[in-house]
Amino acid sequence: MNQTWQFQNKFQSLLIRGGRVLDPANDFDDKADVLIVDGKIAAVAPDIDSPAQIVYDAAGKLVVPGLIDMHVHLREPGQEAKEDFLSGAKAAAAGGFTTVATMPNTSPAVDNAALVRAMVKRAEDVGLVNIKIIGAVTKGQQGQELAEMRDMMTAGAVAFSDDGHFDDNARIFLNALDYLHDTGKVIICHEEETELVKGGVMNEGKRSALLGLKGRPTVAEDIAVARDVLLAEYTGGRVHIAHISSARAVDIVREAKRRGVKVTAEVTPQHLTMTEDLVNPADASTKINPPLRTQADCEAMLAGLLDGTIDAIVTDHSPHAPEEKDREYIYAPSGFPGLETSVGVLLTELYHTGKIDLQTLISKMTAEPARLFGLEAGTLSVGAPADVTIIDPELTWTVDAKNFYTRGSHSPFVGRKLKGRAVATIVRDNLMTLNQ
Amino acid sequence: MFGKSVTAIKNFSAEEIRTVLDAAYKFKQIIRRGGNKKLSNLRGKAIVNLFYEPSTRTRTSFELAGKYLGADVVSINSGTSSIVKGESLRDTLRTIEAMGVDAIVMRHKAEGAADFATQVVKPVIINAGDGAHAHPSQALLDLFTIEQRKGRLAGLKVAIVGDILHSRVARSDVYAMTRMGMEVRFAGFKTLLPRFFEFDGVKVYESLDEAISGVDVINVLRIQLERQQAGLFPSTREYARVFGINDERLRLAADDVLILHPGPQNKGLEISSAVTYCEQSAIHDQVQNGVAVRMALLDLTLGGGA
Repeated sequence: MNQTWQFQNKFQSLLIRGGRVLDPANDFDDKADVLIVDGKIAAVAPDIDSPAQIVYDAAGKLVVPGLIDMHVHLREPGQEAKEDFLSGAKAAAAGGFTTVATMPNTSPAVDNAALVRAMVKRAEDVGLVNIKIIGAVTKGQQGQELAEMRDMMTAGAVAFSDDGHFDDNARIFLNALDYLHDTGKVIICHEEETELVKGGVMNEGKRSALLGLKGRPTVAEDIAVARDVLLAEYTGGRVHIAHISSARAVDIVREAKRRGVKVTAEVTPQHLTMTEDLVNPADASTKINPPLRTQADCEAMLAGLLDGTIDAIVTDHSPHAPEEKDREYIYAPSGFPGLETSVGVLLTELYHTGKIDLQTLISKMTAEPARLFGLEAGTLSVGAPADVTIIDPELTWTVDAKNFYTRGSHSPFVGRKLKGRAVATIVRDNLMTLNQ
Repeated sequence: MFGKSVTAIKNFSAEEIRTVLDAAYKFKQIIRRGGNKKLSNLRGKAIVNLFYEPSTRTRTSFELAGKYLGADVVSINSGTSSIVKGESLRDTLRTIEAMGVDAIVMRHKAEGAADFATQVVKPVIINAGDGAHAHPSQALLDLFTIEQRKGRLAGLKVAIVGDILHSRVARSDVYAMTRMGMEVRFAGFKTLLPRFFEFDGVKVYESLDEAISGVDVINVLRIQLERQQAGLFPSTREYARVFGINDERLRLAADDVLILHPGPQNKGLEISSAVTYCEQSAIHDQVQNGVAVRMALLDLTLGGGA
């Protein structure tokens, strides 16, 4: 199957005809047409009788608000061998994402207004999809001094994070929550207590015990989540738990939400569907932080997603240059690309197996992240920006790194046969399509 | 076994282990008889020892094993090669392959490095230790040494004691010994035991005295001094007192208990001098047996054992 995309097809008006329109923000799920005019949603109704410059036949397809991924690493500035905004934007579009937010653990870290402004400008120049900028919480992400977060907000930062590592200094983290308190901005937290994961490369469990690879225990995540939940409760600040992966951590978030703590959480397709059993020390593709856990943890992730403990699905798209991953497990960097496999993996492993309904799944990738981060996105309301994703839930394909638009190549999903993928991604006045 | 790489003993059946041990008996006779030890089994074959970690006995015994069999053997030390210039493992392996070698014997800090090598290049890969993962020739020489001294393997009780957490020897012996019908016990401070370790038939002890009670073999693992700095135990003195193998402790084991140690030893820490040099110690045998077992491995994989 041809897996290339057409990224440029500008239009003034587009009629998406005959699809199943699923818009969780408006609680809408029915067969309908969607009309886009001048980059905005003009109408969502059955049998729209209106001339349009392009008519897209969406029979048998899902028409959903443009997918949002609030946790990607597009690696600019400074790490363009891994990814840049253009390769990342293409990967996003090819995966059905119209909005992505990129993390600031770059070189240098995006920790000041000048850099945020430069990245916002760079995102506009690249176009294709909406790239949002997340700023660092602390200077250089070093966890010692607060970064100028209000300046960064003015420059366009949508949230803050020291992603990549845990802020060990509880005083600084508490101050950050207080400092942002009246802004409504969220701090996205990488939750692994530093000393407990030092040197660790996979989950500490039965498999690490046999392989001799150093483990990263779930308790490192649980401790970090518990601390941040308590600090959110104490300060009244907003904490968002990044890529949650431990069953116990999900329990902690669930219980905190019940108490009214302003905590939210996200999970990745890999932590929903893959376990430590896949770790092969001769292939660093499975190396990520936090690591792949156990079947019980995967089940807890799904339960958390279904009962609302986990609010959003993100990819944690973390590409590295092929030669960086093509080496000894302990020396290879952590992370792998996820934008182009997310929809396929989620539909194959969770929807087609009956584990999750489409409304919930799509909501966690549209309305929910838009709500969490205050984005003007994630809905097909009339007048909203025309970000739309068209998904063929039955299309079968095989993941092949040769077809990736990301610069990353090593993914544990490579070789998987998947059912379902995005076939068209619309951002405002541009229709991007899979060449079939 | 001809043409096969040897990355971990877990990939060996009991029959394959038997084949190696039987071949090693033959080579041990040749080493012991003195005189001209040079054979022609691997004449015309080239072996590279690629060592990313320091080693005395393993590297030397692989080197001699290859030479006794008539192969040309070259040893590369990471400190004096292009590795210090930042060459990747893949490129180093491909460079060696391009020179026409038949086997690469590899020692590396990274778990999985030998398996990685088998994916990258065609020569036979012999794992001489990859991190805390595997050390197949050590497991084979441990079996060989036990069988030589005890006359059998099946039914014997073995206690492997010390730093199990970081030990490729423990992770190799456990497969080799259970496969040959031995009962294996692990013992160490809980800080030196892998959490969540589960292995059919293997019991894990936090008490040394319980673990060695009535055993036929004690394999004493080396304690690296860095482990103390990492906070895994408070002092070498306390380690020696609570977990060191000494005369007094030996009385808990079977009367004819056999003592093994993969070396190098920290005398007075994990093992006392008296125990090292006592009648029941086979530590010195292990070194000679190491050459014989490695000859067997090289002959079977490179020469077809013919």
